[in-house]
Amino acid sequence: MDDIAAAAVEAALNAGARYADARAMHSRSELVGARNGVVEQVDREERSGVGVRALIGSSWGFQALPETSPAAARRARERAAEIARASALVAGPPIELGPVTSSVASWSSPCEEDPWAVPMSEKAELLEGVTRTMQEHGADTAQAVSRVWETWKWLVTSDGHRIYQHIRECGAGMTATAVGDGETQRRSYPGIRGQFGTRGWELVRRLDLPGNAARIAEEAKALLTAPVCPASDATDLILGSEQMALQIHESVGHAVELDRILGWEAAFAGTSWLDLAQMGSLRFGSDRMNITADATLEGALGSFGFDDEGTPAHPVDIVKDGIWVGVLSGRDSGAVAGIPTGGAVRADGFNRIPMVRMTNVGLLPGDSSLEEMIAATDDGVLMDTNRSWSIDDRRLNFQFGCEIGWEIKRGKRGRMVRNPTYTGISPRFWGSMDMIGNRDEWTFWGTPNCGKGQPMQVGHTGHPAVPARFRGIRVGVRG
Amino acid sequence: MTGQPAAEPALAPEGAASLADRVLGMIRDRAGSAEAEVLVHAGTLALTRFANSTIHQNVAEEVNRISIRLALDGRVASSRLDGRAGELDLSALVDGVFAAARVSPVDPDWPGVAGPVAPLEVEHWDEETAAASPADRASRVGAFVAAADGLETAGALSTEAASVSFTNTAGQAVSGRGTVASIDGIARTGTSDGVARWSSVAIRDIDGRAIGERAARAARDSADPGEIEPGRYEVVLSPSCVGDLLGFLLNNGFAGRAVEERRSFVQLGELQLDRAITIRQDITNSRITGLAFDAEGTPRNPFDLVRDGVSLALLHDRRTAHKAGASSTGNAVAGSNQFGSLSATAVLLPGESAVDELVRGVERGIFVSDFWYTRVLDPRTLVVTGLTRNGVWLIEDGRIGTPVRNLRFTQSYPDAVAPDAVRGVGSDSALFPDGLEAALLVPSLRLASWNFTGGAKG
Repeated sequence: MDDIAAAAVEAALNAGARYADARAMHSRSELVGARNGVVEQVDREERSGVGVRALIGSSWGFQALPETSPAAARRARERAAEIARASALVAGPPIELGPVTSSVASWSSPCEEDPWAVPMSEKAELLEGVTRTMQEHGADTAQAVSRVWETWKWLVTSDGHRIYQHIRECGAGMTATAVGDGETQRRSYPGIRGQFGTRGWELVRRLDLPGNAARIAEEAKALLTAPVCPASDATDLILGSEQMALQIHESVGHAVELDRILGWEAAFAGTSWLDLAQMGSLRFGSDRMNITADATLEGALGSFGFDDEGTPAHPVDIVKDGIWVGVLSGRDSGAVAGIPTGGAVRADGFNRIPMVRMTNVGLLPGDSSLEEMIAATDDGVLMDTNRSWSIDDRRLNFQFGCEIGWEIKRGKRGRMVRNPTYTGISPRFWGSMDMIGNRDEWTFWGTPNCGKGQPMQVGHTGHPAVPARFRGIRVGVRG
Repeated sequence: MTGQPAAEPALAPEGAASLADRVLGMIRDRAGSAEAEVLVHAGTLALTRFANSTIHQNVAEEVNRISIRLALDGRVASSRLDGRAGELDLSALVDGVFAAARVSPVDPDWPGVAGPVAPLEVEHWDEETAAASPADRASRVGAFVAAADGLETAGALSTEAASVSFTNTAGQAVSGRGTVASIDGIARTGTSDGVARWSSVAIRDIDGRAIGERAARAARDSADPGEIEPGRYEVVLSPSCVGDLLGFLLNNGFAGRAVEERRSFVQLGELQLDRAITIRQDITNSRITGLAFDAEGTPRNPFDLVRDGVSLALLHDRRTAHKAGASSTGNAVAGSNQFGSLSATAVLLPGESAVDELVRGVERGIFVSDFWYTRVLDPRTLVVTGLTRNGVWLIEDGRIGTPVRNLRFTQSYPDAVAPDAVRGVGSDSALFPDGLEAALLVPSLRLASWNFTGGAKG
């Protein structure tokens, strides 16, 4: 496979490219899904192919072929070159690529227990069992899912990279839905999408789905008769770490993608409210806010050894003491912005062009605990587990809903409330953050379904998060 | 406009059918009593993206996907190969799905495979689109950019062509092919974006210059927007917004799975929507794109989901139909279907009012170009929150007037089109395809009330 990628790069250079890279990839995935005590899906997929990216003049071309033969590699480079020449019909300014030190290297993600070696009967028993438990405890619909991905990829670039990576990812989750007269209520565990990482099956075992199935089903049932979250234009809001992961993903992670800031995603995913001229001085949040993008975190879903341009994984400061200081970038976008390459470029398969994606964008822990935040709050709401998420195309104006909430009165967690929502403007919201959970509460949440790009690419991103408190937030928005 | 022929599809139509037959033969050789479906999708997908008025991403791929669903004594597994289809690869694929099925638990709700029924002889295919070259796409993008006359532009133009063949052990064997061409772009003034888009079976229908001019006009007309107070307003929604609304009504309301799980608002036989609303699944519509059968080989025959506001029928795949004691309506999706979503080719029938006439009837309201980032707050009531995008204007005394900044809304979609809530249906229609699996064809709508819950200030 390494030779196939190398042949494609050499052929692209011969066809006139001044830079080329090729990724030969083989991947396989598995989804096992159960509903109401029955496994409804055992779905496996295998993908193999090569994707070639060629830079001719100042124009890119990309061609993917679902084959990994030398003949396919040659065909791919010819078409990539033809596409690049067509791009030149509507050409832009010259493209430069940020400098790199070429690597001949390999990297594998940690894996204690091979998820493919776990018998299907065991996976089925786990998922069927927890859905039955949820039904027994009040769920009208109970669903559970496990997923496994395994990727082998060989990257060769005309700059001299020859990098092999073997990445295994897996995870699981479950959802209990209760149906009332006029609405439905849902509780998920560990989060709305489950929990995923660059880990083996040991991740699933540690989740303890069976130990949480009854609780979430009972909570879903109880939510049907819980009072609606009271509306307030300004109250104290404490978010659990799962919802914080979503908050970070949507209002920080996407906002600091350099391709969005440069307008490259303007017509589809959108742009960003951030202006590069203000990087280093703009206040993004309170001085307690520290965000990093760190692809080196062991086991987090956005971890790798090298990005898809060959840049080694490394931590990048994004927000430091509340000041915006960094972005997610690649070799071309970094060069345009005049900043070092960030190593945040990935593609979701051999057939997609690498683009700026989140790695592990997370909030560094503080020195409080969730219980301390509750005790320090006189009147507020605690919300957790994402239910809905909507944010504008500049990543500024958001409205998020959670599955569950609790009133907080005089330092105590009070009654459960249903349909909790909150809304805000990003820098004002982050600027109100005054308490942050500690390292004991730090969780590396994994998001396996981040959509971006045309054709659509589904990214796997990580979000280290802790609970946090925000002051003066509008909650309880309803239709 | 034609350049060098593009990459030939990985497989010709007869090649896809032959491959599907070959894979089914391999399955029968291993277990004559097995139930199995084989779906082969072979073709090309190319997309030219532009931003800052230059082409910055330009991609193409050959697609060669083989999907198998196998049932061994009620033990069901699915497997897909996205890659080379050599003998060894196919053997490994078939062996893999047998291995998975043997260790799967029995599925008591397995509906079995579809019997032999011929689909309608409908084809939405265009040779020129199937052969579109990178230069064909780039020249149209160039025309869009030039037509913006100095405004910054961004967007994408895509062409897709595929041959799809399905066969199963019950004797159903169907083949079809389709093409889709789409352009979607914005022009930008610095304080506003204006959008224009068009989709069709044929790339020749895409006039880059005309679409670019529309986007630029919309951008200039919406420059320097002001703010208005959130609240309930009468609205005229563009087809793009109506496509969003219809998508939620179908996937969260009329989907058989949603009804089975009692998270749908739909009550068959009841007047639930305005009498001006008729929604039809109709692969025979000359403007629609897609195939005449679904991923389970079931024909997509035309029928009314809603007629004159009355909910009449649901969308089913074989599993949800089996559970409901009904027949599949040809809405199965390929691959995993974790959330029970469906592939619909649906038409919201147009009315007789030009968009200008819809606006003329509004004393004070809002015209919306696009919705953005819409998400369900409650499935049952189908309350959705989202934002406006790419041009919003105040309508005063029957005229589109001042541009306004984007707004957030929180609105029950069924309530928005409930009886007496629709004040006009446009005579226009725009197509919103999702590959070859789904497409919506929708007009503009004038609605009595829309709940805007926030402005730019939050």
